[in-house]
Amino acid sequence: MTKDEALLAYTLRLGDNALILGQRLIELVAAGPELEEELANANFALDFIGQARMFYSYAGEIEGKGRCEDDFAFLRDDREFANFLLVEQPNGHFGDVIVRQVLFDSFYGLQLEALTKCKDKRLAEIAVRAGKEICYHLRHTSQWLVRLGDGTAESHARATEALGRLWRYAGEMFAGDEVDIILQSAFDGPDLETIEAQWSLKVAAILDDATLAIPDEKWIIGGGRQGHHSESMGFLVAEMQFLQRAYAGATW
Amino acid sequence: MQNKEWALYEVFIRTRAGLSHRHAGSLHAADDQMALDYARDTYTRRSEGVSLWVVRSDQIVASDPAESAAFFEPAEDKIYRHPTFYEIPDGVENL
Repeated sequence: MTKDEALLAYTLRLGDNALILGQRLIELVAAGPELEEELANANFALDFIGQARMFYSYAGEIEGKGRCEDDFAFLRDDREFANFLLVEQPNGHFGDVIVRQVLFDSFYGLQLEALTKCKDKRLAEIAVRAGKEICYHLRHTSQWLVRLGDGTAESHARATEALGRLWRYAGEMFAGDEVDIILQSAFDGPDLETIEAQWSLKVAAILDDATLAIPDEKWIIGGGRQGHHSESMGFLVAEMQFLQRAYAGATW
Repeated sequence: MQNKEWALYEVFIRTRAGLSHRHAGSLHAADDQMALDYARDTYTRRSEGVSLWVVRSDQIVASDPAESAAFFEPAEDKIYRHPTFYEIPDGVENL
């Protein structure tokens, strides 16, 4: 794998995580528990979509075959998406959403922070912009996790159950492959071992505030990176791509 | 399941450095931090501000509309309180 191939794959992965998680949050639009949370969620969803657009546009330039952001988002099959399994997990209840967001945002924020120092200028620029958004998302979602965990007996039980179910998907974020290795060696990209250590401390602190125990789960499920997605991913992609598949080339 | 009504908060935004905070609207939140977050997401999405204040509405002491005659009308005929009787010397643009 060449440097450019690794950079392209890495940029697409960043775009895929952002797009798929953005799509999951969009599913919640008009279903917020309170008007104010509804607005916050829609803002977050659009932040992710905006980040996906930046990553995909740049990926198109790296690839140099004339593909644009829409081609990556709407004309690839689910097996071609390389997002983490964590971000494609169905919304479930509000506690499930918050746990998923906290686990991912706390990784993604660290990843972006490391990318601001990488040698690829464009990626570093996007990371600066996206990093500020994710820093705020994590502030919001981690406060919610503390409210739920340290709230009523029912909210505590539901948050515990959500954490237990989603924890097994967190490990994939730190399981680097050739793409991560090349990005680190050739572009001064993120060091996943460092990030995992920082993530563990950060998440442990949030869970401590939330009076939630770190799950004793050693089983890690991966495969998203290779396009092996969970069952729900196909439904998400089908809904997301419906318009472009049914009416190819449709524009506003 | 507990179903307590969230508290009402008033939101104040400083639009630029040097200007004062102005009332922008209100929102519901369960605690102060949540109120600040929601104020950010509800009222500053289009770069409306550089600083936010939120305060619980029940903490604001307001004048009583029923007393507005006694409160505000006596000021209406005191035109001498407006600085409009000074003659501005020639050549002075601002006083």
